[in-house]
Amino acid sequence: MTDLADSAVASPDESTALSTAPAPPQQPVRGIARTARYGWRRLTSMRTALLLLSLLALAAIPGTVLPQRGLNPVKVDDFLASHPHLGPLLDRLSLFDVFAAPWFAAIYLLLFISLIGCLVPRIRLHARALRRRPPHAPRNLLRLSISQQWTTDDTARDVAERCGRLLRGERWRVDVHDEPDGAVTVAAEKGYLRETGNLVFHVSLVVLLAGIALGGLFGYKGTVLVVQGQAFANVRSSYDIFQPSRLYSDSSLSPFSFTLQKFTAAYQPDGTPRSFDARVGYQSRPGAPVTTSDVQVNHPLYAAGANVYLVGHGYALHIQVRDAHGRLVYDRDTPFLPDTSMFASHGVVKVPDGLPHQFGLTGFFYPTYVATPAGPDSAYPAPRDPVLLLAAWRGDLGLDRSAQSVYSLPVASLHHIANAQLSPGESWRLADGTRVSFVGVDQWATFQVAHDPGKKLMLAAAVFIVAGLMLSLRIRRRRFWIRARPAPDARRTVVEAAGLARSDSERFTADFADLVQRFGAPTATEED
Amino acid sequence: MPGTSINLGLAHASDRLLVWAVVAYALAMLGYAAEFAFDRRARSQVSRRAGVVAVGLTVLGWALHVGSVTTRGLSVHRVPWGNMYEFSSMVSLVAVTVFLVLLTRQQVRFLGLFVMAPVVLYLGLAGTVLYANAGPLVPALNSYWIKIHVVAAITASGAFMVSGVVTVLYLLKSRWERRALSLGPGAAAAVEVGTPPTESVPSVRRGGLMAWLPDSGRLDRLAYGVVTFAFPIWTFAIIAGAIWAEQAWSRAWGWDPKETWSLITWLAYAAYLHARATAGWRGHRAAVLSLIGFGCLMVDYYVVNTVITGLHSYAGIS
Ligand code: HEM
Repeated sequence: MTDLADSAVASPDESTALSTAPAPPQQPVRGIARTARYGWRRLTSMRTALLLLSLLALAAIPGTVLPQRGLNPVKVDDFLASHPHLGPLLDRLSLFDVFAAPWFAAIYLLLFISLIGCLVPRIRLHARALRRRPPHAPRNLLRLSISQQWTTDDTARDVAERCGRLLRGERWRVDVHDEPDGAVTVAAEKGYLRETGNLVFHVSLVVLLAGIALGGLFGYKGTVLVVQGQAFANVRSSYDIFQPSRLYSDSSLSPFSFTLQKFTAAYQPDGTPRSFDARVGYQSRPGAPVTTSDVQVNHPLYAAGANVYLVGHGYALHIQVRDAHGRLVYDRDTPFLPDTSMFASHGVVKVPDGLPHQFGLTGFFYPTYVATPAGPDSAYPAPRDPVLLLAAWRGDLGLDRSAQSVYSLPVASLHHIANAQLSPGESWRLADGTRVSFVGVDQWATFQVAHDPGKKLMLAAAVFIVAGLMLSLRIRRRRFWIRARPAPDARRTVVEAAGLARSDSERFTADFADLVQRFGAPTATEED
Repeated sequence: MPGTSINLGLAHASDRLLVWAVVAYALAMLGYAAEFAFDRRARSQVSRRAGVVAVGLTVLGWALHVGSVTTRGLSVHRVPWGNMYEFSSMVSLVAVTVFLVLLTRQQVRFLGLFVMAPVVLYLGLAGTVLYANAGPLVPALNSYWIKIHVVAAITASGAFMVSGVVTVLYLLKSRWERRALSLGPGAAAAVEVGTPPTESVPSVRRGGLMAWLPDSGRLDRLAYGVVTFAFPIWTFAIIAGAIWAEQAWSRAWGWDPKETWSLITWLAYAAYLHARATAGWRGHRAAVLSLIGFGCLMVDYYVVNTVITGLHSYAGIS
């Protein structure tokens, strides 16, 4: 059983339609212009919106089932390696980059074109509806599913005016009309905010997309490793990794800088992380006052023009190298990269100048050293018993050749000298008099700096999306009519009342009964 | 410091309370079943009493359930929704709450049986298969946005669960109505009996459970009403999640499987809302979309967490 109100939505009848939802398109007709118009109407119809919404949902599924390059490129390579036939086929269909795939973009672009095409006429219609008076009463009020009839001794005009006053007091929009046969009608409507909310919601979806596009076109993102005590300045060359967007220019890098004053990590007894805190001294531009702030996992630094996130951390070992005469040739906090969740780490020292030969060290660091049958390991991520295992190498470090990682040495072409195990404060004297000292354990943190110019717009759109949705789904659009007509004997007045609601006729039935009772109708049970 | 110690006494109390809550819910379920059974045998007095007792048991179970999640939270000094077990318990609690709130506004006691059955099943599964010992959170989960995000997600999910139950009833009832109508006037009369014009408890002499349920139109509107409550909250949950992700992972949206399935769920319910306003899609086609939405929600919670892992596997940094 569908109620009249529901089926009235699609009906073109002015007085019973309660929404600006587009009517289903008519049959196709010949002629190019007409075909085009028909196609456009088809594209902007509710049915197409429904189809495209479902299609978009469906299209997103492979992106959660197959590995994605954007999330985990290593897994994609693994998949390609283990599926030599299927893999390349899927790859050709962009199934490892679903969310950047042309077919995925085609679906959401079509959806948004449809949305805009559907919104423009709806906004126009609604703007007109907002200014227009409530629609006239249908000829036969008693045919509506919520209606009632009663008689009274008051005159038709008195009934109409009293009803009109009462309704206006309850923020209905009210019109009183005289009909040629002597009847007086009251037409009332309320709940325009429902449609307004619905339009705000849909427009905000478009704005959200615009915000996303803005960030994708003009933003940038970069990662940098900073050792405790050192500084970072926001210029492109400071970054270890820098990802500009399509229309990015260097001028969008704002000139802030910060120093990593102290990094603190706390762990559970089992070694799982509990909290991380990077205390930084921040300057919005050169010469500006320094403010300290704590960057944490859920708490970025909101720098001028970009956000700075804490994304990783590890140990930097203070290592010194002296030549046979005791002259310092290397004195640096050397970052080691963690290999396990307990921070067993690896790193290298390169000393190209200052010694008779080029000199290098490869090291393994264990913040809490344990000897296991499988070799040395770390039992806890904090430096409870730090141990550094070093191997010394001599030969051509190859620094003048191609770009080299700062975390590896070309050991295959080097001459191995000796190994040692050091704790903080210990030194190691090599046969040629070179001295290596493990001075102490420091920490580093990696930061991601991200600039997204669309963010504010997106946030605003999100607020309006929720607000519009609440209005659209909570506000009830109602119409109410009364027709008071002198009875044939002219002494009494026959009053007919009817109401129209969408999707909540139960509730409106009760409200309606309330309303007409206040207008003098007998209660429904007496009537029936 | 949060998460430094776990109060084992409270953790045990929480588990014990949950067991008693499930027992109360199960008894309530029997009560609702008895209400229907006695009504069918024309013992309306007994039937009504069974219904009232069942509601009482539901309220009791609800109170024990609230006690269980509260002690769980106190035992670990944090919000009690850090893992799948706690999450499932919260979602069922919301579902029962939504049912009780509906009861204060409309005559929906007929729903009791159908809400209690999945809740008991769900809690049973949560307490056995998904059970996780009380423990603290990793840093990435330690943010007030996650509290907002998860409260919203849980609230919406509990409500979606109720709407899912009503939607299934709607589909069954409307099929039954159609079949009854096609069987001729005698069967159609039974339909009439099952669709009383007033909102009082339908009393049934003929026909089974289906005849006892309210008419399909009312079920449809009830399911829709609950979705219109849940959908904006789900929308807000996704947005809060994006704000949290923006703070924790430096990007608001990354097509992580968990995020993507939340969006798929959202799109499915948006399709359902559209379908209700589209000629030719109203009725059971729309209802099927709503159930698909609920299916996506279940995938989002259980399949994504266990089979597909993403950032939301709660790994934190390092
Ligand atoms: C980005 C894609 C879209 C999304 C996510 C979306 C979402 C929604 C949602 C959640 C509602 C429910 C609100 C309510 O019932 O009042 C709704 C309603 C509506 N949408 Fe969309 N929509 C989209 C695109 C479109 C398009 C392309 C059209 C044009 C045909 C459209 C037309 C409507 C209409 C007319 C309603 C009101 C239905 C009613 O009167 O109940 N939407 N939309």
